[in-house]
This record gives sequence, structure tokens and C-alpha cells, in this order.
Amino acid sequence: MTNLTLEFEKPLIELEKRIEDLREFGLKKGIDLSCEIAILEKKADTLRKEIFENLTPWQRIMIARHPKRPTTLEYIHLIFDEFIELHGDRTFRDDGAIVGGIASLRGRPVTVIGTQKGRDTKENIARNFGMPHPEGYRKALRLMKQAEKFRRPVVSFVDVVGAYPGVEAEERGQGLAIACNIAEMAQLSTSIIVVITGEGGSGGALAIGVGDKLIMLENAYFSVISPEGCAAILWKDGSRAQEAAEILKLTAPDLKAQGLIDEVLPEPQGAAHKDSVAMAGLIRDAITRGIDELSGIPPRRLIERRYARLRRIGEFAVQEMPTSDLPMAVSDNEDISTLPDLPDFEGGTDES
Amino acid sequence: MPNLKGIFQGKQKFVTVKAGTVQEEAPEGLWTKCGKCGGILYKKELAENLGLCSDCGFHFRLSARERIAITLDADSFVEYDEELVTVDPLGFPGYGIKVEAVRGSTGLDEAIITGRGSIEGYPVLAGFMDFSFIGASMGSVVGEKVTRLFERAARQRVPVVIFCASGGARMQEGMFSLMQMAKTAAACARLSATRTLYISVMTNPTTAGVFASFGSLGDIIIAEPGALIGFTGQRVIEETIRQKLPPGFQTAEFALEHGLIDMIVDRRNMRKTLESLLSLHGGRRQDVG
Repeated sequence: MTNLTLEFEKPLIELEKRIEDLREFGLKKGIDLSCEIAILEKKADTLRKEIFENLTPWQRIMIARHPKRPTTLEYIHLIFDEFIELHGDRTFRDDGAIVGGIASLRGRPVTVIGTQKGRDTKENIARNFGMPHPEGYRKALRLMKQAEKFRRPVVSFVDVVGAYPGVEAEERGQGLAIACNIAEMAQLSTSIIVVITGEGGSGGALAIGVGDKLIMLENAYFSVISPEGCAAILWKDGSRAQEAAEILKLTAPDLKAQGLIDEVLPEPQGAAHKDSVAMAGLIRDAITRGIDELSGIPPRRLIERRYARLRRIGEFAVQEMPTSDLPMAVSDNEDISTLPDLPDFEGGTDES
Repeated sequence: MPNLKGIFQGKQKFVTVKAGTVQEEAPEGLWTKCGKCGGILYKKELAENLGLCSDCGFHFRLSARERIAITLDADSFVEYDEELVTVDPLGFPGYGIKVEAVRGSTGLDEAIITGRGSIEGYPVLAGFMDFSFIGASMGSVVGEKVTRLFERAARQRVPVVIFCASGGARMQEGMFSLMQMAKTAAACARLSATRTLYISVMTNPTTAGVFASFGSLGDIIIAEPGALIGFTGQRVIEETIRQKLPPGFQTAEFALEHGLIDMIVDRRNMRKTLESLLSLHGGRRQDVG
């Protein structure tokens, strides 16, 4: 049995239990303890606030990985009026770690894709703990191309520890599948809203994580490497993951501050799993806002805008190059004069 | 943020390279051992032999400068964007010092050198990754240089050749580094839309973030014999499946067998192969001085 209480929540859970006991005791004995209960409840509120407003990155990761954390399918059913699930990559297999289909968002058709973790051991085995194989990413891409064809927005839910690290995944081109998805999503002529609901595990998350709007739940994380992996490399000690989590700047507020995501969605008291309906409502509003905002943008501008967003990401400095006796390097314009366009390459396909 | 500027003050604007010669490795002994057959090789001879074992043909890793020397026409290379230098956006422990040390020991500013040159007279925009620079991991500078290379190629309609080698994303730059996968892949897709040829050459090793972005997006993907090619590190896979991996797993030969790459090309035939491909894609030879 998985322990559903997180370490840092324990004082709060104990207090809540005391309140419950007191209430029961009062009822049974017919004593009015409402005054005492009110005091304790106020204390619990303060404690809850204190804990959840000062979460460390590692505590957020614990919440993001919580076994009760709402999954993509749960959100889909809470957010959309209707959902028709579609299966398979039409080449190899249906990957249960990725779900997708067509949904209706307040009457508006959208394509939904997402990684899907299991709720229990049995489902987790069927869904490979939400870790996709290449065919899962290819299924997602197939559905995104379908969305493009029928001009509906794509909503992508990301909650994945990483792309599956297995022999067959490598044989079938895990890296190629991820690369293709990223490149195709960058060029897709329909809007893409990405919602990172739990874990954003590196390339395996990025493979369905490129879009026009990146929304993260308050306690979700998105990282280039797992804190455990980072600690193992840095200190040869995976148990120092908590420290690594601090360094990697992987929380939603950190990433918002770095300008890498657009919006942080606050979670209900005690995190998303305490009130998935309220959480789903907030996500629905954010998705709706995002789609409304993007709906007026013509496809070509949408793609340009998406590229510009990616294009500016990167932190580097420009050093002054020393002057030398050698001739100055030719500029781009001069390049063109020295390197004529290759005759058969004219045109391109970019005008539509 | 450590100041990484101005370390290589006397550096030249141009890199002058000669075709057909390979620099000697660090002079820490005249002999080296072949990683495959165990044969003892004279380093000078190894360098003259394109970094190939004279007994078994094992492909030794080359530095970016060595690769430029054996790939491009003599004196044809002009470097781009060498002024871009690494910063430490997260204040990651030890990163600034590490970058400085590696810059000192390798003589490189970053894990890739990009520029313009020619192969048998055919103009190319080319990138050369260097594994000795923090495992040729992709941080912001690598991502920016590759992106600029693709953008230039799209404007000029000049084919791109990138010699990939990488251990993956540059962990020390956090999400800025992961997002370079998206940036480079997006730039690559835009290049593709201009119908400009991009050849990706996977050398040992081409893995993780580079494999899962621009490395795998070539119109034609070539690998060097025996190169390690794959997404996930072998140790991680072994820990996951709790089994030893089969011999030859994630090699170039494995990738070819599973349909992940177009061909394996021996280093001795690389220039010839690239020349043919450039020619077949309508390349027009320039007079080379």
C-alpha cells in the first residue's frame, strides 16, 4: 500500500485527525466542543497555509508525483463536455502511455493528447507507468496532424517522468520520434495549448510540449533531468535529489520567472488531488482563454509567433572579438554574393 | 555569474585548416591503444590515417578542428558566431569554473564550431561538435549556433552538414538547455520548408538531446562505423530493465538494422560520399582558390 501522506504534510494531517476525534467525542458524549474545534481549525488553516505557501522544490515534486494526483483522463472527463478517444499510431501498436482523441470544449471541437499514468498497479503496468514508447509519440503526432487538417486547436496534457528507457523503445527510434514531434509541433498550423499537470520529464515531455501557450500547475515541474539523475551525476549520490531540485530551477514559479512558461495555475488548498474538480475548472478556464486569444491569429502568423517564442530562448553572452590583421569576416549579405543560390532550390514551400 | 569573456584574447578571426592532415593529440606519449582491437598505435601515424586504427579500422574520436581539417577543402572554412560565449544562468555549482577549465584545455569556446566552407568545391554550411567540451552537451550556445546555421542556410539556400557528437543536454543550464532541442528542431523544420538539403552525420557518440532533436532531422542521416547512437544512456536502460544489454546495442550498425539511419560511411569515404550527395542535390561547384 502506497503511503498517501507526504512527509511535510504530517503535522497537518495529525492536527486534522485531532479535530475529527474531538468532533466525534463531542457528538458521542453530547458535549459542545465547537469552541475548541474552532480554535484548532483556525490553527490547521494557518498551518496549511504555512506549509503550502512555502513548499520547497522537492516538496512540489513529491506533490507532482503523488499517487492520487489527477491523471490526464480524469482531467479530460472533468474539463470537456464530450471526449471520443482515438487509438494507435497506425503503424505498430496502441501505446497506453499516451491517450488522445477529439473533445468538445464548451461546444468547440478540440484535439486532446496527453501522457497517461495508471491509478493502480494493474493500470500502471498496462500504461507502462505513463512512459511512452515511440509509437505513443507517433500516435500523438498523428492526432495533431488530424487536428491541423480539421482546423481544431490541440490541447496537450503533460505528466510524464520521461520517455521509456527500454531496448524496444530504442529499436523503434525513441530519439527520432521525439525529434519529429518537436519539429512538427513547431510547424503545426493550428494552435497548441500545453498544460503541464504533474511531471515534465525532459525530452519525453517536450515531445508533446511545444506550443503557443505553456501553462503549468503550481506544483508541476519541468526539468532537463530528474533531480535524482542530476544528483547522481553531480555528486555520485542519487539520494541528494532534494539539493539538485533546488539547483535545477524546475518549479512552475521558477520557470515563469525565467520566461519559459506563460502561466502558473494555482492549485486548490492542499494541492490538486484534494479537489480535482476545482483544479479542472481552473484548467478549463485557462485553456479557454488561451484558445480564444489565439483563435484570431492566421495560421502563418501563428507559426511565426511560435517560432519567435522558441527562437529567443537561450542565455549566452557575446564577447568582443579581437581585431586581427586578417580581413574581416564576410557578413551574411556578402555571403549571398559569394555563394549563389543553388538553382534547383528556389521557391520553397513557405507561401500558402 | 562568472565572467567568461576575454579568455582567448589573441584569437584569430579565421581558422586556417589544411585538408588531409589531422592534428596530433596531446603530446602525452607517442603511443595509444586501439579501443577495439587493443593494438598499439603510433599516434603520428594514427593522425595521418584520419584517426583510424591501421589494424582494425576502428574510428577514433576526432576533435572539431581535426574534423574540419579532414572534411572541408583546404582554407575554405570561415567560422561563424565564435563570439557567443557561455554564461551560467542558474548559478549552477561549479559550472563557471568547469567551462573555464574546459575552454583552457580544449582551446574551444563551446562544444560546436560552425561556419561556411566547401567540400570538393561544393559550398556548405557546416557544424562540428567536439566531445571533449563537456561531452559536447547542448546548452544555449550550441543551440544558438546550430539555429543560426540553419537560419543562414535557409536564407542562402546552401546545404547544411552537421557532424554530431553529444552526450545530451547541458544539465547545468537547466530548462534553457532542454529548450534548445525545440529551438534547433524548429529552425531545422523551417530550413526543410525551403527545400534545402541537410545532412546529419552521427559520430561517436550521438545521444539524448542532440539525437532527439536536430541530429535525427537530417534529410539524410549518415553514421560513422561503430558510433554509439541512441536516446537513453545504457546504464539507465540496464537499471530499468534489470538486464544486461545485448552486444552491439545502440551502435551505428544497430541503428542501420532498425531503420533509424540511412547509411554507415567509413571515414575514408566520407568526403566522397558528401560530395556525391551535394552534387545529386543540385550543388554547383565553386572555384576553390
